[in-house]
Amino acid sequence: MTSLQSIERAAMRRDLPPFRTGDTVKVSVRIKEGNKQRTQAFQGVVIKRHRGGQSATFTVRKISNGVGVERVFPVESPNIEQVEIISRGFVRQSRLYYLRDLSGKKARLHSKVRDLSTLVSDEETERRSEADKD
Amino acid sequence: MGIELTCKKLGMTRLYTEDGISIPVTVLEADSNIVVQKKSEETDGYSALQVGSGSRRDKTISKGLKGHYTKAGIEGTPRRVTESRVSVETAAEYEVGQSLDVSLFNEGQKIDVIGTSKGRGFAGGVKRHGHHMPEATHGTHENFRHSGSIGAGAYPGRVIKGMNMPGQMGNARVTTRNLVVVKVDAEQGLLFIQGGVPGHNNGTVRVRSSESTRKA
Repeated sequence: MTSLQSIERAAMRRDLPPFRTGDTVKVSVRIKEGNKQRTQAFQGVVIKRHRGGQSATFTVRKISNGVGVERVFPVESPNIEQVEIISRGFVRQSRLYYLRDLSGKKARLHSKVRDLSTLVSDEETERRSEADKD
Repeated sequence: MGIELTCKKLGMTRLYTEDGISIPVTVLEADSNIVVQKKSEETDGYSALQVGSGSRRDKTISKGLKGHYTKAGIEGTPRRVTESRVSVETAAEYEVGQSLDVSLFNEGQKIDVIGTSKGRGFAGGVKRHGHHMPEATHGTHENFRHSGSIGAGAYPGRVIKGMNMPGQMGNARVTTRNLVVVKVDAEQGLLFIQGGVPGHNNGTVRVRSSESTRKA
């Protein structure tokens, strides 16, 4: 007996840190132009984590030239090369739609976590525990 | 007709290509498929493979079927018995008692999936045939999801056969043709097929190669 959940879970990537809504992240996106490839960064606040498994996406919001820009990324897509947590914001909602109505100083999130060194991917956690053993 | 493999529909998910393109896939898990009997031109008048699939409790099958399984020398009691018409040459490749699995299919191959569609019960013309709904305003009275006219008057004086009308929708055998196998996981007995297949999750479907139904 195999369940769809177990199939999806087995295929999940383990190289991303455990980012949440409210975190400011820097997403490295692979972009293909003709036959050239380059990496583009998109930095902003995660306002939504949507669904799970292979269909999971997250939405990042940033203010670009005074205009609010939101981009939705599929978590499992190989085009998402890396997600780096810049800061962890303290929020009480799971979907931060209220940020859309705020601007300037009001749209800031405060943080209760200063030390981000523990917010690492599953892969990195394993690597560290291996290193501790030696 | 080719060999049909009985599978369970696990549900839909998605796979990503190297380029990051998302492919919607249905995951099918192969049941235990065992050849129970080989039918031949001499004894039965046609050539076919009889395949037992799934399993059920020993005491729930009839003694006749039990005897049939014992004769084939099969351990356990398959739930279903299905038959696939195959050529004499294909039949010669298989033995009674032999197991069939997903290795029948290759990545990129086109397949047909046969299943029982989701039952919608007694459905009206709007849902069943996509009829347009009548105007809801401008004086309409008690006429919301009705179909329009179903024919003329005194001539022909009857409704033409095959007119789209309300009735049972779904819960019928449906074949979806020319689906593409995206991935074959022989270890876990899984088939990843692009797009949807008939029926609800955990339903039973049968898979065969599309090539096998093509006329020569």
